[in-house]
Amino acid sequence: MTTTVKVPKLPKRKKRLYAQDIKDRFISIFIGIFAVVWVFPIVWTLWSSLRPYSEIRAGGVFSPPQELGVFNYASAIDRMELPTYFTNTVLITLPAVFLILLLGSLIAFVVTRYSFKFNVAMLLLFTAGNLLPPQLVFIPVFKLYLLLGDLVGDRRFLYDNHWGVILIHVAFQMGFATFVLSSYMKTIPKEISESAMVDGASVFTHYFRVMLPLLRPPLASLGVLMITWIYNDFFWALVLMSTDNKRPITSALGRLTGEFVTDYNLLAAGAMIAALPTLIVFFVLRKQFVGGLTLGSTKG
Amino acid sequence: MSVETAAPSGKQVARRRRFFSRQDKITLGFFIGIPTFLHVALVWFPAIATIGLSFTYWTGIRLEDITWAGLANYENIFFNTPIFWDALRNNTIWILWFFFIATPLGVLLAYQIDREIRGHKLYQSAYFLPVVLSLAVTGIIWNFLLRPDGFVNGLLGLPISEAISFFGDERYNIWVIMIMASWRHIGYIMLLYLAGLKAVDGALREAATIDGATEWQTFRKVVFPAMKPVNIIVIVITIIESLRAFDMVYIIYGSSGGMPILGVLVFNNIAGEGASMKGAAYAVILFLLSIVPIITYLQQQFKDDVR
Repeated sequence: MTTTVKVPKLPKRKKRLYAQDIKDRFISIFIGIFAVVWVFPIVWTLWSSLRPYSEIRAGGVFSPPQELGVFNYASAIDRMELPTYFTNTVLITLPAVFLILLLGSLIAFVVTRYSFKFNVAMLLLFTAGNLLPPQLVFIPVFKLYLLLGDLVGDRRFLYDNHWGVILIHVAFQMGFATFVLSSYMKTIPKEISESAMVDGASVFTHYFRVMLPLLRPPLASLGVLMITWIYNDFFWALVLMSTDNKRPITSALGRLTGEFVTDYNLLAAGAMIAALPTLIVFFVLRKQFVGGLTLGSTKG
Repeated sequence: MSVETAAPSGKQVARRRRFFSRQDKITLGFFIGIPTFLHVALVWFPAIATIGLSFTYWTGIRLEDITWAGLANYENIFFNTPIFWDALRNNTIWILWFFFIATPLGVLLAYQIDREIRGHKLYQSAYFLPVVLSLAVTGIIWNFLLRPDGFVNGLLGLPISEAISFFGDERYNIWVIMIMASWRHIGYIMLLYLAGLKAVDGALREAATIDGATEWQTFRKVVFPAMKPVNIIVIVITIIESLRAFDMVYIIYGSSGGMPILGVLVFNNIAGEGASMKGAAYAVILFLLSIVPIITYLQQQFKDDVR
């Protein structure tokens, strides 16, 4: 990461400064109005989720509220079986993120710390793999899961199973993790590794005792980003699972949209609950989230 | 770093490296082997298999059932499937809209926020908020505003019988989807660009201002060229995201084909008519369209390594 040195403000002609000031004020107001528009859809959904749908049907969307409360939330949790879906999400997301960080950092470690001929080729393989459209991959994966299931004698060995979804996330996102972590590891001085090797540390010790502790910052950023991505995944859990109550929350929302189409405000409450964990991540761990996103786009 | 001390230690390491212990070799084998196996088995192998399968018919899952189809799946798509051309048109609109409208708006926002205008921290959070929401939640939220008894129709004062069907009416639906997609895309681009701008030397801009450049000139002639690597990444992301689009459209339209895009067609043709491998052919077309941006991205990210 480069640090920018703030250059002290140089004296400018007063007139220009004043004109610029006015212009900036305008820009600020304009962007501010736009920002309100930006947040509005979320605020409106939140507001509606606190009202019964019957009121809106009777009096229109702008009718003054008679009844306000979290009743839609209580009923969403209960009727939409949200706790089940949240449990599924946790069971998929946590192992997936753990494996992505572990396996991604292993490849990044070997590729940046030991010079083999095929280092760049390996990195290319993983990075390019991450960029392939998921649609290109899923037909054979789907068939492969069924085929392996038949071989093992249990159709739900990988298909319609949390592990099947976990593995595809790991396989795909590992590419991104490898890329990001290897760019970070290149900035760690080689001398650290050299002294470890001179001291006779095994490869195993070198990774777990020397490198891993140094990787904490990018692992934290990447972890937060991956949790959000996998939490938000809709596609894989939709195509690789068939049993509704095994699905994670985001994919389950798709079904709920159809089923609860008669009570939009209940659905709004469901959507808000589903959005809550990512919003918490946003407000509490924003630095890590942003760090993770930008680690991948700007090298160094 | 002094050359004298660095050189011998480097040599020493090189010598040691040739004498890995047996245990180290096994460890390294596992370290590379497990991730590589998983990645190749579940990403590269299926990707290549899809390309092969797009020239076949295959029902069921037994390998014996595969029969050669030649170009039949592609012919079917190009000549007998009008919905493909609708999808292609929609994806093209998606790319153009993102490229000419959403992405520039994100860049503009980043530029202004980076100048630390009044309230920039708050604004940054506001624009970024939609990025953390899933596209599934985004679909529900916007459906909430746009359905017949929703906010927008209420604002227009239209009774339900005369309400505009924003998702159903072909005059509106693609543009409504574009606005929804931009809601998320603009914040994402803003963030990426903002990170890039932070790395641009502030002195460059100061110098341009002192030399009497207007703000627009400063951006166009100084900041924008200095941002070349980020610009490339942003363009590539814009195109790849537009081609891959799936979640939001699927949440609103399901498999109905009310708003055909390539990502949904692949899905429909595996889940629905499993008989042909038309879905695979769609996926290959999608892949061919994404090849140029993917290669551009890799070139940008790996140019230092290859040189």
